[in-house]
Amino acid sequence: MSALLEIKSLSKAYPGVQANDSVSFEIQPGEIHALLGENGAGKSTLVKMIYGLVRPDSGEMLLHGQHFAPSKPGEARAAGVAMVFQHFSLFEAMSVAENITLGMEDAPARTELSAQIRKVSAEYGLPLDPDRLIGDLSVGERQRVEIVRCLLQNPKLLIMDEPTSVLTPQEVNTLFTTLRKLSTEGVAILYISHKLDEIKALCNSATILRGGKVVGTCVPENETARSMAEMMIGGELAMPAARDFQPGETLLELSGLSLPSLDPFGTSLKDITVTLRAGEILGVGGVAGNGQDELLLTLSGEIPVAPDMVRLKGEAIGNLGPVARRKRGLLAAPEERLGHAAVPEMSLTENAFLSGRVRNGLANRGFIQAKKRDAFADDIVKQFDVRTPSISNQAKSLSGGNLQKFVIGREVLQNPSVLVVNQPTWGVDAAAAAAIRQALRDMAEAGAAVMVISQDLDELMEMSDTFSVLAEGHLSAPQPAAGLSVEEIGLMMGATHKEAENA
Amino acid sequence: MFGDLSLVSLIVSLMIASTPILFAATGELVVEKAGVLNLGVEGMMLIGAISGFAVAVSTGNPIVGFLGAAAGGAIAALIFGVLTQYLLSNQVATGLALTLFGTGVSALMGQPYNGLKPPPSPRLDIPVLSDLPVVGPILFSHDIMLYVSLLLVAAVWYFLYRTRGGLILRAVGEDHNAAHSLGYNVILIRLGAIAFGGACAGVGGAYLSLIRVPQWTQDMTAGVGWIALAIVVFASWKPYRVILGAYLFGGVTVLQLNLQALGVNISAAYLSMTPFIVTIVVLVIMSANRRKTSLNAPAMLGRIFHASH
Amino acid sequence: MLRLERRRQSSRIMFWTTPLIAVALTLIIGGILFAILGVNPFAAMKIIFLDPFFHETYGPYSRTQFLVKAVPLILIATGLSVGFRAGIWNIGAEGQFVMGAIAGAAVGLALYPAEGWWVLPLMAIVGALGGFLWAMIPAILKIKFNANEILVSLMLVYVSYNFLAAMVTGPLKNPDGFGFPDSRNFTDVEATTLPLLYEPLGLYTSGVVALIIVIAAYILMEKHLLGFQVKVTGQSPRAAKFSGVKPALIIAMCLGLSGALAGLAGLFEVTGPAGKLTTNFPVGYGFTAIIVAFLGRLHPIGIIIAGLLMALTYIGGELAQLVLNLPAPAIQVFQGIMLFSILAVEVFINYRLVWKKEAV
Repeated sequence: MSALLEIKSLSKAYPGVQANDSVSFEIQPGEIHALLGENGAGKSTLVKMIYGLVRPDSGEMLLHGQHFAPSKPGEARAAGVAMVFQHFSLFEAMSVAENITLGMEDAPARTELSAQIRKVSAEYGLPLDPDRLIGDLSVGERQRVEIVRCLLQNPKLLIMDEPTSVLTPQEVNTLFTTLRKLSTEGVAILYISHKLDEIKALCNSATILRGGKVVGTCVPENETARSMAEMMIGGELAMPAARDFQPGETLLELSGLSLPSLDPFGTSLKDITVTLRAGEILGVGGVAGNGQDELLLTLSGEIPVAPDMVRLKGEAIGNLGPVARRKRGLLAAPEERLGHAAVPEMSLTENAFLSGRVRNGLANRGFIQAKKRDAFADDIVKQFDVRTPSISNQAKSLSGGNLQKFVIGREVLQNPSVLVVNQPTWGVDAAAAAAIRQALRDMAEAGAAVMVISQDLDELMEMSDTFSVLAEGHLSAPQPAAGLSVEEIGLMMGATHKEAENA
Repeated sequence: MFGDLSLVSLIVSLMIASTPILFAATGELVVEKAGVLNLGVEGMMLIGAISGFAVAVSTGNPIVGFLGAAAGGAIAALIFGVLTQYLLSNQVATGLALTLFGTGVSALMGQPYNGLKPPPSPRLDIPVLSDLPVVGPILFSHDIMLYVSLLLVAAVWYFLYRTRGGLILRAVGEDHNAAHSLGYNVILIRLGAIAFGGACAGVGGAYLSLIRVPQWTQDMTAGVGWIALAIVVFASWKPYRVILGAYLFGGVTVLQLNLQALGVNISAAYLSMTPFIVTIVVLVIMSANRRKTSLNAPAMLGRIFHASH
Repeated sequence: MLRLERRRQSSRIMFWTTPLIAVALTLIIGGILFAILGVNPFAAMKIIFLDPFFHETYGPYSRTQFLVKAVPLILIATGLSVGFRAGIWNIGAEGQFVMGAIAGAAVGLALYPAEGWWVLPLMAIVGALGGFLWAMIPAILKIKFNANEILVSLMLVYVSYNFLAAMVTGPLKNPDGFGFPDSRNFTDVEATTLPLLYEPLGLYTSGVVALIIVIAAYILMEKHLLGFQVKVTGQSPRAAKFSGVKPALIIAMCLGLSGALAGLAGLFEVTGPAGKLTTNFPVGYGFTAIIVAFLGRLHPIGIIIAGLLMALTYIGGELAQLVLNLPAPAIQVFQGIMLFSILAVEVFINYRLVWKKEAV
């Protein structure tokens, strides 16, 4: 059997990083091939080269045994290579049909295309209405648009970049059914993920990348999740010790917290009621785009709400801004590191001042206390092992993991009573993620309450004392996290989903 | 009510007063749909006004003059284009620079042309129809460029909403990163839009110097380019509403000029303010609904694009 | 193929050398322009940049206009730079300059012919207030109605020009004049005359005030919380909200401050060099100051240097008109090229140019 795609010692360097170092492997027709690796292992660069978005520095690709060097995505698509992006390449203010047209080389006329979309999407169990605006679709539906766009072009190879990170467990099952059907029709699938259970369930073979190099290949069926993880990380996986959870007094109370959506395609918050007690870590799961950002903003004080909706130690603070909330001990660390939690062009000292001013007294009558500010920045860097040449380096010059350690450290070192974090370890290397989780646990241990909003169920299961799901702006009632199975969580997500649809 | 002012001639002069704004605003609409904010409209109009005038005078052909104006406006716009698209300069500042530069360049170019008369532009009086009372002069008896301005709006609408090219241009303005990852050349598409916008602004400027006034005077646009920018906001980035906006402002301008001519008992200076004050009022009304504005405005408006690979 | 590659760390060296590169670029492009106009570029550059200081006959007169031009530019640009750093684009400084002048002048005319040391300071305060209030129009419309401050502040320039025309032909017209559209001459009465401190360079009291304000602006931007909030707002509006900045406050402060300084500059102009309100006393300082602000890298110290340089192009340009018959608008084009150049080279602070071979 001749390979569909052969990759021969492909290399690509960016300033300061060897993204891919002589990567070679093969994909057979109809094969579901996993590309495994941690964040930063070089998976994205590799697939961008196959899709013609990035040109390799050296090496060669063969498609059907022919030399294959697409100089732009159009060429790759014409050769039968299609790709579903992790961050969708969709246009919110445009319709499904318009979006699909944009991703096709020679799109048929409007009415014919609409008919094709309906037909293909129904055939693969991914129903879509061609006339709806993307902005009005759920994240799962948006992914369908991407997939249908690929399918309409009869691809030979379908590349999927972290497709399930945005899906509910039910949606993941639907996706897998679709992918298996494609595979039986002879379409090869290059499946990028770091979720080992999924890979075991779906893929025929796997190539594992670490630091831009191929460090192993395997047949996922014959491996355990643990053995693959160890290949991926290149060391032994340390499992965290279970925590003894003794809830203390109530610190944060949300009652009937509602927020109409602000931007045209945003999600509104609907009647969120929950309490956080001293020593508690509440994990809030759910797929991004279901009100996670809005929840964080109403808690940080960036969006004020009615006073009674948020209470801190009994005091109604819903109408207060970020400064007043910090004074009272409610701190937050938003998801987006560059541009929200930190200013990219500013130094670490200035970024320390950004949120540390109030509790640490870094300004006196408005005048910046440079020495105190620098000492605080220095403290964060030392205690949280932030790797940087100097505290006067700009935030943007740090790696994702180091900057995230800085951002979390900055809030933790202010001794909050309640800390809310959104996606604390997103795009962060394993070592940094472990350090961040440990810091949050230590905080709870010392008597603070922590709310962790995350899409990473594994992370939430590892950290949380109590767990709830945010879906379509509704927050489910928190349950003890110990003993919850993935199936039960899936049901929680599905339940809130249905509630929302019936409402 | 307006003494011996005839309503028909008022409407006709309104249409003539609106046409420069209509050209410039339609061009800017395309630029903004591609996600680029070019504040240099005033400068491009001035450059168009003088290049059109100069070409028309030296060739004796006003149509060639308008082509020259389009070329002049497009070249000026491409300075902005190269700076913002390749050298990633701030669009607001670069647009301002283009206006300051255009004001100077047009004054410099215009020195030999002060006081000259341009060749008359061809008219299109549609036989029979143009002799109809009221409707005739309003609809069927104008210079060619006025018809062109209306056709241009229709063509832009057709391009943006009925062709693949228009779809791609709008996509680039909605999300340049997504458009890039689908393989579209964001920079070239934007440069094309910027050049088109400049050409339209140039033609609008030449309409002033060749038809409306018709002669060259320094700084003759007197804020019309800025009003054109406001009209795009007023129109919520919809082509047909640009016509409405442009004619509204043409109307205000003509009305206040006529009132001045009638010697109404208000200082001429106060009357001259009105188009600008009306612009502000309309801008405020159109912008007040933040949700609607953010839905209509191209999402990438004014944002810098740099492909990281 | 040449490509821009993002620097991990912004270049401090480029931050300060880009203005020099821009000036060099301007000299080259401007020189070509002069050559096209039939003027020897080397002679032109010598006359523009050297003769105002070194020419025996023309120099002494030229020099008296040096600070006359530089001080209002520096004053206005300092205010504008604060707003620009917050991403708030007040481009209507020209209008605030005019309205400040009218407001302050109206007080002076109402008190005419009062004597007393307090008259001029009072006029200055009212002048600043006039510019401040005029700038509050775009500020309030932006805060309350989300209206674009660029377009509103610019529209108000045209409104202010017309208002000026209405004033000098109406309420503020010189009652002892001969029907000309102008006000009384403020320099006829000592109490309303801006003191000239050093005539050879055209230094009025306004120069001292400007210096104090530049220093205050430096402290505000580098040492004070408000300056920090201005910078955060400009670089990352979401991070600013996260840190607790109130956007409305920053908008009002930036527009108000730049309006007040432009208004003050306007008042200084009519009580000093211009002497009276006329329809043509505003000569576009409000717009040229935008160039000065960018050329000075939006930094108080940089703005002083840029303001002096820009003043030199004005007085040198006038000399070149006189001596070489250089057309008057050529200098405006020259200034436009300067702004283009600074904007073009700014990219190298955050990016570097690399030569990339295409992969085979």
